[in-house]
Amino acid sequence: MRLLSWAYLAAAFTFVYLPVAVLVAFSFQDGRLPVPPFKGVTLDWYAKVLGNDDLTAALLNSLLVALVSSAIALILGFLAAHALARVRLPGSALMRGVLIAPMTVSYLIIALGLLNLFNLTGIRLSLLTAGIGHVVINLPLCFAITYAAMGDHQKNAERAARDLGAPEWKVLTLISAPMLAAPLAAAFFLSVTFSWDEFLIAFLLTRFDVTLPVEIWSMLKSGLSPATNAVGSLVFLVSVTLVILLELTVFRKRP
Amino acid sequence: MRLAARDRHLAWGLLAPALVWTAAFFLLPFLAMIALSFAHMQGREVVRGFDPGNYSRIFTDPVMLGALWNSLEITVVVTVISIPLAYPLAAIIAFRVPARWQRLALLLAVLPFWTSYVVRSYSWLLVLGQNGVVNKALLGLGVIAEPLEIASTRAATVIGFVHFFVMLLTLTIYANLIQLSPNYARAAQDLGANRWQTFAHVILPLTLPGVVTGAFLTFVLCIGDYITPQILGGNTELTLPQLIMLQLGRSGNFPLASALSVVLMAVVTLAYFASSRWLRLDRV
Repeated sequence: MRLLSWAYLAAAFTFVYLPVAVLVAFSFQDGRLPVPPFKGVTLDWYAKVLGNDDLTAALLNSLLVALVSSAIALILGFLAAHALARVRLPGSALMRGVLIAPMTVSYLIIALGLLNLFNLTGIRLSLLTAGIGHVVINLPLCFAITYAAMGDHQKNAERAARDLGAPEWKVLTLISAPMLAAPLAAAFFLSVTFSWDEFLIAFLLTRFDVTLPVEIWSMLKSGLSPATNAVGSLVFLVSVTLVILLELTVFRKRP
Repeated sequence: MRLAARDRHLAWGLLAPALVWTAAFFLLPFLAMIALSFAHMQGREVVRGFDPGNYSRIFTDPVMLGALWNSLEITVVVTVISIPLAYPLAAIIAFRVPARWQRLALLLAVLPFWTSYVVRSYSWLLVLGQNGVVNKALLGLGVIAEPLEIASTRAATVIGFVHFFVMLLTLTIYANLIQLSPNYARAAQDLGANRWQTFAHVILPLTLPGVVTGAFLTFVLCIGDYITPQILGGNTELTLPQLIMLQLGRSGNFPLASALSVVLMAVVTLAYFASSRWLRLDRV
């Protein structure tokens, strides 16, 4: 039984890592096709990818959209969570529902709705419009994570600060935010990861400047190439780094 | 009392940006999309009005019905394959791996989950393609004489999806398993149940919420995904999201794309109500 368990674990890991291993291995392929036989190791494809202006521009665009949209989503979500956790307003449950709602709708529908809205209002598609879409998908996440993390302990500290005469912006920046540092960081890193990897919204809502997943998509049209492997490996590396950062900084303390 | 009123004003002020954002960029476009689904095209012009023609077309046109059917079939097959693959993986991590290594094992088991859909699907193309790793290995071993046609078929789409959703389900099932007190299994065994009976009558029913939650997420994400079927399945057998994207691209038929999206939403809503009894979305 024990042996069977370890065998299953090994098989599962093989299945999970097979495509990643192939992707990374053939990004070093010394040849024109990322398929067997393996012809030797070269870093040429990485050099080619990092020297490609379209790709480096797309990479910077992706970083910009991910960081800015996540920051906006985090601030809006945090303020809303703070308000709803503190004061009982008429229709609180409804407002929580409205704020969470975009989470339950597929990205395609969110993108299509926004595309139609921008067409009707004559707003040109750009990184800005893609960023708006990414705030829509990450706002519910940031709201839910920070709302769930607000407890009585923190409310008491905020009340004490207010009793001592602190204005609300000071309560927010000096008491609430530091006390919620871990969930705020978790929400931010998760948002950055989702925005960084997101394709469909970025594909439908950008035109001339595009993000990295969209640029990779257009590379796919010209068939298999070790260059695509190299970009894919880099994208994977960034995502993994974000997830490991998240694990180390945020979840470490929890049992 | 004045303080309470001031507090409430302040709360509204803090809430307003998020509410306005969600209303302007989610609710409003969503309602506009439903309205647009009742418009129709005349040449390249959108004619607004109340015309249910798009819906009657979706439910009579064999191409549209076929796409809806393909999407449902693929989603159900993927869910049914992924659950029995993920459950043992989650259980082994929860019960066999020593406690201090569990988080690491779980993190590693689902690490590729965090790659973008595009990169993950492309990687499977390398594995399953005509000259891919699987075909080269099987040819080399002499198992097959001709390369298998896996890429650009439904099988490739299903494999790509199963890979992703095994990881997702492992997360939700593990989260459920780890909350179970070991006393349940002990009590069952004290009462004379063997391993299988303990599992079937005690552990499995207690972890049903985790399984159903994972299955629901699988259903929603699988039926709404465009990239995996587009890259791995090719264009021979369309799914609903592929059909929606075709309407946007080639013909610019936004009303029909909107109606198809509303149908997609309706299917997801039905799945939600079917599983809501066991769903624990807040505990994922």
